[in-house]
Amino acid sequence: MAKAIVVTSGKGGVGKTTTTANLGTGLAQLGHKVCLVDADIGLRNLDVVLGLENRIVFDLVDVVEGNCRVRQALIKDKRFNNLFLLPAAQTREKDAVAPEQMRELIKQLKEEFDFILVDCPAGIEQGFRNAISGADDALIVTTPEVSAVRDADRIIGLLEAAEIYEPKLVVNRIRPDMVRKGDMMSIQDMIDILAIPLIGVVPDDEVIIISTNKGEPVVLEKKSKAGQAYRNIVRRLEGAEVPFLELEDKGVVGRLMSLLGMGNKQ
Amino acid sequence: MFDFLGRLLRGSDNSKNVAKERLRLVLIHDRSSLSPGLLDSLKEELIEVLSKYMEIDESGLEVNLDEGDDSVALVANIPVKQIKRKV
Ligand SMILES: Nc1ncnc2c1ncn2[C@@H]1O[C@H](COP(=O)(O)OP(=O)(O)OP(=O)(O)O)[C@@H](O)[C@H]1O
Ligand SMILES: [Mg+2]
Repeated sequence: MAKAIVVTSGKGGVGKTTTTANLGTGLAQLGHKVCLVDADIGLRNLDVVLGLENRIVFDLVDVVEGNCRVRQALIKDKRFNNLFLLPAAQTREKDAVAPEQMRELIKQLKEEFDFILVDCPAGIEQGFRNAISGADDALIVTTPEVSAVRDADRIIGLLEAAEIYEPKLVVNRIRPDMVRKGDMMSIQDMIDILAIPLIGVVPDDEVIIISTNKGEPVVLEKKSKAGQAYRNIVRRLEGAEVPFLELEDKGVVGRLMSLLGMGNKQ
Repeated sequence: MFDFLGRLLRGSDNSKNVAKERLRLVLIHDRSSLSPGLLDSLKEELIEVLSKYMEIDESGLEVNLDEGDDSVALVANIPVKQIKRKV
């Protein structure tokens, strides 16, 4: 059974595109047929994060307007021949696509692919409505900040109204050191507030910026913690039960120290 | 060490708890205004329940969220016409 999953957040810049690129690549690495759809019309980015920006000929709006067939617009990934990108149009407005057209497109893609991941634009307007139409499930990306969690809460309500129930939470850019000091909300805090199931925790990691610079998703880096975090989410999307990463790497002594408030000055 | 003692004494005023508390309050407002029909359906159900026990003046029924600085209260003003006799 093919599955269409929208990656959304409400607030901008919290990591939707990074998440989409890494989960798509990770799913493809495990042999699934994956199509990534960049629904951020006018601000296309997924191509760059995947390092595919030089191969684009047609885009999503071309497909919807009938200028080309879906197959012609799909760009094959450099690394995996079972991973494809349907890029967003860069020079068009969000209203160049209607929800009904998106639903039709996703339906068509589901005949070809196992997983369709839709990278949603920030906001709750037309672009959001387009991106969620046709989706079976949703991932909500948030960072441990008041504004991001607040927007996530609003998105959960809007998804429910669109009959997309029980979205899964991805907490991005967590800083275990700050959580320990009591200067950042913990994972549990966010689960308590949003009351949706957690599917992954991705640390704040400069490796992500480096890998984005190169157009090579960090999920492929065996030794990276962020990469491991994405690989775990991929396994959970497959339905496996994977324990959550221990992001605190200070060891028992370090944790005891910080418990006593003494480990903060290094 | 003073830092450590201060931390123990202060306990809950680190920025994470401030964030949580602010979120809690802002979400009460956000969630209550999410659907405009919410108060209406609440009113309808209130009338239904209350009518089991008393006769109320439906036209005079008022239900509102009273928003203070750091609290939110549900305030209802419900004119009663007649209380039902105990059986
Ligand atoms: N876990 C992380 N650690 C470090 N940097 C990160 C992490 N996740 C994302 N970033 C960086 O944050 C920036 C925003 O990420 P991204 O583009 O994925 O967000 P977005 O939600 O898609 O943004 P937009 O709303 O603009 O579409 C990027 O520069 C990305 O490299
Ligand atoms: Mg993006």
